[in-house]
Amino acid sequence: MSDRQAMFAETPLGRRKRRTERVAKYFFGFMAMAMVVPLLLIVGYVVVKGWPCLSWEFLTTNPRGGGIRGGIWPALVGTIYLVGLSLCVSAPIGVLAAVYLNEYAKDNWFTRIVNLAVVNLAGVPSIVHGLFGVGAFVYAMHFGKSIISASLTLAIMTLPVIIASTKEALAAVPMSFREACWNVGATRWQTIRRIVLPNSISGILTGVILQVSRAAGETAPVMLTGVTVYKAVSDNGFFLYTLNEQCMSLSMHLYYIATQASGAPPALPYAIAVVLLAVVLLVNATAITFRVVLRSRKKW
Amino acid sequence: MPARRGQLEVWLEKAIELMIRLCGISAIIFVFGIFFFVFREGAPFLAKLDWSQFLFSPDWIPTSQTQPKYGVGALIVGTLSVTVLAMAIAVPFGLGAAVFVSEFCGKATKETLKIVIELLAAIPSVVWGFIGLCVLNPLIIQTFHTPIGVNMLNGAVLLALMSVPIMVSIGEDALKAVPDSYREAGLALGATRWQIVYRILLPAAKNGLLAAVLLGVGRAIGETMAVLMATGHSVRIPHSVFDPVRTLTATIAAELGETSKGSEHYQVLFLIGILLFSITFAVNLIADLAVRGVRKK
Repeated sequence: MSDRQAMFAETPLGRRKRRTERVAKYFFGFMAMAMVVPLLLIVGYVVVKGWPCLSWEFLTTNPRGGGIRGGIWPALVGTIYLVGLSLCVSAPIGVLAAVYLNEYAKDNWFTRIVNLAVVNLAGVPSIVHGLFGVGAFVYAMHFGKSIISASLTLAIMTLPVIIASTKEALAAVPMSFREACWNVGATRWQTIRRIVLPNSISGILTGVILQVSRAAGETAPVMLTGVTVYKAVSDNGFFLYTLNEQCMSLSMHLYYIATQASGAPPALPYAIAVVLLAVVLLVNATAITFRVVLRSRKKW
Repeated sequence: MPARRGQLEVWLEKAIELMIRLCGISAIIFVFGIFFFVFREGAPFLAKLDWSQFLFSPDWIPTSQTQPKYGVGALIVGTLSVTVLAMAIAVPFGLGAAVFVSEFCGKATKETLKIVIELLAAIPSVVWGFIGLCVLNPLIIQTFHTPIGVNMLNGAVLLALMSVPIMVSIGEDALKAVPDSYREAGLALGATRWQIVYRILLPAAKNGLLAAVLLGVGRAIGETMAVLMATGHSVRIPHSVFDPVRTLTATIAAELGETSKGSEHYQVLFLIGILLFSITFAVNLIADLAVRGVRKK
C-alpha cells in the first residue's frame, strides 16, 4: 500500500463514526416508521373487516331495526348538514380573522393576545366546546338540541384551523405585491380584495377543506348539542331534516353501534368506520393534492 | 355625482374594515364566551362546593338518591395516569420521528412522511376509540393475559398515536428553526450527524421541542371519545397499567346526557369542564411562551 492510499484509508475512528451514523439513521427511521405502520395496519384491518357490509345500498338506504340492519343514509346526510352549516359560519369569520391578523394587526401586545386566543381556542378540549354549545346555543339562545346548535359549536371549534392556514397563505404573498398596489393609489381593502386574496386563494381553500375533515369526524361536541343515536326518517331524499331538529351523524352512529347496540352484525361497525375514514381521508387527500398542485404552479 | 359614489365606497370600505376587525377579535370573544357560558351553567353549585373534597376525594357517586358524592380525585388521577403513560410512549417516538424527518431523510421521504403524519392526525377520535375497543382490546388480553383489555394501557397507546402527529410537526418546525450555520460548524469539526443532533440541535431547539411535547399533552388531556371507549370507564385509583380508569372528559361525555338541566350533577359536570378548560389553557399558555422564546432568538 502506498503512502497516498494509506492517507485516504479509513481509520478505526472513521469506521466507528460511520457506524454510529448508520445506527442513528436507522434508529430515527424506525421511530418514524412506527407511525406509518399503524396507519396502514389500521386502515387495512378496518377495510378488510368491514368489507362484507359495504355496498351501494348500505350507503343509500335507511337503517332498520334501531340501526342494526339496513344502511346509513340518514347519518351520512346528517354529517353533510352539520359540516355544511358549520362551514358557512366558520369560513367567512375565519378568513376575515386571518386577514385582520396578517394585514391590519400591528405587532403589539393586543395582537399577541389575539394570537394566543386562537391557539387556546384550538387547544380547548372538544368536550368543553360541547359544554359551551349546551350552555350558549341549546339553552341561552334557545335553539334547543338541534342541527343549528351542533353546527355552531362545530364552527367555533374548527375556526382555528381556517385561521391558521389562511394566515399562512396570506403571509406567503410577497410584500412587494401589496406595495405595488398601494403605489398606484389603491386603498388597503382594495389591495386585499384584488391582490392578496386572489393570490392566496389556494391556501385558503386548503384550510377550508381541512375544516371539513375535522368537522366531519367530531363526536363529543355534537353528541351533547344536537346529534342523536337514532332518528326515524321516512323518505330517502336529501332533505331529511329541518335545521331545528336533531339529526344522526356518521361519527355518533359508529359510537352507538360499537358500544351500545346489541345484535348488530360484527362487520357493521367496521363498515361505518370505513365510510367515516374514507370521508375524512379523501377530504384530506384532496387538500394535500390541491396544495401540491397549486404550489408547483406558483408564479413567485 | 362621482364624488358621491366615492363617498359610498368610502363608507362601504369602512364597514368592511369594521367587519374584519370584529372577526379579528372573534377568537378572544369565543374564548371568553366558552369560559362564561360553561361557568354560568356550573356556577350555582360553587356556593355548596367543598373544594378539597371536590378535588381530592375519590368518591364519584353522582346518581345516589340519598347521599350523592362529587369527588373528582379518581377522575383526575385517571386523566393524569393515562396522559403520563401516553406521553412516555409518544415523546420518544414523536421527537425521534421529528429528528428523522428534519435531519436524516431525503426530500421525497420527507414529503411522504409528512403526508402520512397529516393523515394520521386526521383520523377521527371516535375511530381511534373503536380501534381500541375492537383491535387493541383482544390484543392486550392475548398478550398480557389480563381479564380485560379496555384499560389504561389501551387508552394510553391510542392517545400516544393521536398526539404523535402534532409533536412531529411542531418538533420539526423547531428543528428547522435552528440556523444551518450551527450544523455546518458541527460538520466542520468532524461531528457525525448523531453528534450534531444530540449535542447541537437538541439543546438549540429545546424550547420548541418542549412546546411540541406540551401541545401533545394538551391534546391527550382533552381527548374524549377515544378514552371514553377504550379505558374501561371505571372510577377508581389505578394500581397498574392494566387497571381500567375513567377520565374527566369521558365522565362529561357519558353522563351529561342523563342529567336534567340545573340539577347538582349537571352543574358539577360543567365545573369539571371549567377544570379541564383551565388545565389546557395553562398547558397551551406555557407552550406558547416556550415557542415565543424560540422566535425571539
